[in-house]
Amino acid sequence: MRIEFTLNGRRRRVDVEPNQLLLNLLRDELGLTGAKYGCGIGVCGACTVLLDGEPVLSCLILAVEVDGKTVETVEGLGEGGGLDPVQEAFIETGAIQCGFCTPGFIMAAKALLKENPEPTEREIREYLKGNLCRCTGYVNIVKAVKLAAERAKHLT
Amino acid sequence: MEINRVNTRIIPFRFEYHSPSSLGEALTILSRYGSEARILAGGTDLLVDMKQRLIEPRHLVDIKRIPELKLLGGDAGGFMIGSAVRLRELERSEAIKGRLPLLHEAISSMGSVQVRNMATLGGNLCRASPSADAAVALLALEAEALIAGPTGTKKVPLEGFFLGPRATLLRPDEILTGVYVPYPPEGAGSAFIKLGRTSLDLAIVNIAVVLKLRGGIVEHCRIAMGAVAPKPLRLRNIESFLSGRGLTPEALEEALGMVEASIKPITDIRATADYRREVSKVLLRDAIKTAVERCGGLGS
Repeated sequence: MRIEFTLNGRRRRVDVEPNQLLLNLLRDELGLTGAKYGCGIGVCGACTVLLDGEPVLSCLILAVEVDGKTVETVEGLGEGGGLDPVQEAFIETGAIQCGFCTPGFIMAAKALLKENPEPTEREIREYLKGNLCRCTGYVNIVKAVKLAAERAKHLT
Repeated sequence: MEINRVNTRIIPFRFEYHSPSSLGEALTILSRYGSEARILAGGTDLLVDMKQRLIEPRHLVDIKRIPELKLLGGDAGGFMIGSAVRLRELERSEAIKGRLPLLHEAISSMGSVQVRNMATLGGNLCRASPSADAAVALLALEAEALIAGPTGTKKVPLEGFFLGPRATLLRPDEILTGVYVPYPPEGAGSAFIKLGRTSLDLAIVNIAVVLKLRGGIVEHCRIAMGAVAPKPLRLRNIESFLSGRGLTPEALEEALGMVEASIKPITDIRATADYRREVSKVLLRDAIKTAVERCGGLGS
């Protein structure tokens, strides 16, 4: 089936099979391997991408379902080849160890900060509870989101 | 075959995808394919089952582009919620938060933000999970299920909609189009409590209480519990016991004593039946206490 959608700011027209998942379209066909296959059942959040600006699980969405919609992945962040402030904050606070969960966390954190620019620690933990990290223990991830929020505040 | 049963990276079989733009079109497709077809809403349960080949529908009918199923609006008596409305939209609705705080509380407790961005209210109800949080809240609010089929539409009390785990009244050619949720009586207080292993998990037990007191006497009482029986339950015997009584410590104790006989919990990976029986009493006590506080205290 032919679908058309906006991917990281670019219109894309692709042919997909009805049983093809958005995650596999991104990773296997379009070469965007940021979103990860973790659990495949909606528990780990590693496949998180933004669909019309909201974080969703690309392993549980059919590619055909995004026809006419806007998809953003971690590859779309940052301008002019630079990193997004949230990515910078993750690096600076050591919020990354193996990195497998990181793209999912960053996309969820982007959505959180857009909706709630000054989240409390509790709000950060609540919003990110659908993203699992088996390395960091979450402490530095929470710090990273706080740091990104503080910086955005000083910029405005 | 065995490998595919546990491989959740792909959906390991082909099907035809339909995306009707009207209810009539959707009903026609369902009539044509019968039990070969399944309705796709949020997909958070359905696609997981398909990945594991627990079900292998030949046709998926995506109902998310049907405007009639995405309606959300209040009238003088209650709220109409389309079955394809996403949980996150309900959670964000200020009108629902104000007029149906119990539903807001239950929905906010469900899954992760990602899941709430995908999952729909209708999907949660049609899954007919005994632990469905939204179902428990809607039972205590005495919601009605709106069903459309080839012969027309009908309205049934939500309580009768659930038949057991994964089983509802719906025939293969029918669609749950939405629910109508009457406002609780003016001055009522409500509480939803969910006990889970983590806040992301399904409930071990969940409970919803709507309570109204007049002069310290219970005037209106609705109690629903989940994950304690094959389907979400109204605890009518306790409701009628409490109605017309003062909430004295003795009356409350007697009501809690009725819980065990009203439920039929099982042992599963989340908890034992014994634990569920014990904790159900604790949750009922807590939920009544919170509902009483929210309607202004025991003196109201």
